[in-house]
Amino acid sequence: MTDILAIMDHRRGELRNVSYELITVGCQLANETDGKLHLAVINGAKEFAEKLNREGIDTIYTVDYGQEFNHDVYTQAIVQLYDTLAPKYILTPNSVNGLDYAPAVANQLELPIVTDTIDLATDGETLIVTREMYGGKIETTIELEGMAVVTIRGAKWPMEENPGDAAIKPFDVEIDEGALGTMVNGFKEISGGDVDISEADVLVSVGRGIEQEENIDLIHELADALDATVSASRPIVDNGWLPKSRQVGQSGKIVTPDIYIAIGISGAVQHVAGMKGSDTIIAINTDPNAPIMDIADYAIRGDLFEVIPKLIELSK
Amino acid sequence: MKVLVTVKEVTTIEDGFEIEGTKISEKYLSTDLNEWDDYAIEEAVQLQEEGIADEIVTVTIGPEECEETIRKALAKGANRAVRVWDDTLEDTDLLDVSITSEILRAVVEDEDPDLVLMGVQAADDNFGATGVFLAKDIGYNWAAVVNHLEHDFEDGVATVRRELESGVEEYTDIELPAVLTIQTGINEPRYASLRGIRQAQRKDLNCKDFVDLSINKDSIESRLSLTEMYEPESESDVVIWEGDAEKTAFQLSELLREKGVVG
Ligand SMILES: Cc1cc2nc3c(=O)[nH]c(=O)nc-3n(C[C@H](O)[C@H](O)[C@H](O)COP(=O)(O)OP(=O)(O)OC[C@H]3O[C@@H](n4cnc5c(N)ncnc54)[C@H](O)[C@@H]3O)c2cc1C
Repeated sequence: MTDILAIMDHRRGELRNVSYELITVGCQLANETDGKLHLAVINGAKEFAEKLNREGIDTIYTVDYGQEFNHDVYTQAIVQLYDTLAPKYILTPNSVNGLDYAPAVANQLELPIVTDTIDLATDGETLIVTREMYGGKIETTIELEGMAVVTIRGAKWPMEENPGDAAIKPFDVEIDEGALGTMVNGFKEISGGDVDISEADVLVSVGRGIEQEENIDLIHELADALDATVSASRPIVDNGWLPKSRQVGQSGKIVTPDIYIAIGISGAVQHVAGMKGSDTIIAINTDPNAPIMDIADYAIRGDLFEVIPKLIELSK
Repeated sequence: MKVLVTVKEVTTIEDGFEIEGTKISEKYLSTDLNEWDDYAIEEAVQLQEEGIADEIVTVTIGPEECEETIRKALAKGANRAVRVWDDTLEDTDLLDVSITSEILRAVVEDEDPDLVLMGVQAADDNFGATGVFLAKDIGYNWAAVVNHLEHDFEDGVATVRRELESGVEEYTDIELPAVLTIQTGINEPRYASLRGIRQAQRKDLNCKDFVDLSINKDSIESRLSLTEMYEPESESDVVIWEGDAEKTAFQLSELLREKGVVG
């Protein structure tokens, strides 16, 4: 039997979608061996447990301690839940907060950890994990025996939607306050910037393939010719070549234009998270195996420095 | 304040690579300083330039071949380097973060830094777990995915911003000693100057094995085994245009015309 403990993800009063994906994954793993799926909502709003009550869950435990996210509280609470429930696998989101506590839980419980998983299967003994490497260029299978902490990639699995009738129980934790070494003091939202790329119908998006700051002019020229807006992948913004408001992706903006032209962008998962909802995706890339090719509708395999000037000419 | 920076030499793969078993064929591999670690080094060097850090030590787990990468970090301003390698590691792949952490813990115990700066993740295996795992292991406080660090450390507290998803940042205070995992974009990593490169050759690069660090070889066993490696199967029905740029650009402009983008 394989019991699963899945840790729900929420932030600033909102449940995050990956929570429903965790239910799907947890349910699948539990079913594969007739085990039970337990959820834990740590420091969540009252209504979260009701909202999360979906098919396939045995019990939803709610832990109330403090307000903001605190990784030490999460770690201590999960360790205590583990001691009580003895699950085989602890599932957490591979979110920025998930990665702030999951490794600590693994360390304290002396369990192996495997992160950013995109497929999982078990026979009750061995866990078979699929995960990517090299920014999505390679996929690997990893096997591990015994108990483990597993973080799952979001926006990768279906969200469980059928309502369920799991018991909802408060779970009392004892938190060692002396061991809380961090404190959250507030939040900041990146402001709009000069243009709102999420409003654009056509985006010409530039990545590290552009090589140098002065080459960005070429992209502006193309955008002008197409009456489009310029956006970018993260490294371009990190380098200060375009403002943060132009960044597409997990830590930037989510865009859904009619046409998204990815120029010299490899298509790492954190980038794709921000643009996969675009109607038509066009990639221009020298590498036929770049992950962007998997989600593109049309692609030019070629050197952007040869293709773009021609395209500008033809678009005038 | 003493700062320890972890520096990983990552492998990078060339276009058109091939996979043999669970490895990428050698001829398509090159090496580089991990992108995220480059930002961690820069942050440490800036702390030193501002008189906050007295010493920057780098630590790398890797064979002799990675000394060129270590010298890069020294050329950018780190004061000295520790490289850990042991024959035991020859056939171990470091997928199990507890192994990496055990080795780094021994170095932390030796060096006793106030601040450990690490990259958010390594560009090759994209695990993103070593920093927080190590912090818990050595009893330091921590913060993951830091994209801003205040350089004052009043009352022994590091004030940082953590970069969460969708453009939200969290302000957090962390009591030292601490481990911070550094996100790209926190600063602008410098290129090493010629003078820096010359000086780096004379800086201390100390090699240690498991005996030096009193690490028990038997504890170095990966609980994760890599059983398959392959190129992701493409489910897409992408239309690919290749060849002469004149032709491919024309095909694309025809498409854009169809879609009403080009008049
Ligand atoms: C916590 C976290 C959050 C992140 N958030 C984001 C985010 O919000 N947005 C984001 O974009 N990234 C984000 N990243 C970074 C992400 O993992 C990748 O590193 C990044 O997206 C890579 O950008 P890129 O595709 O431009 O560069 P690369 O991956 O270096 O790709 C460059 C591409 O250009 C191609 N190329 C090179 N030369 C040419 C040429 N002459 N002509 C045509 N093509 C060429 C190459 O084949 C390659 O495919 C995040 C990472 C982490 C860890």
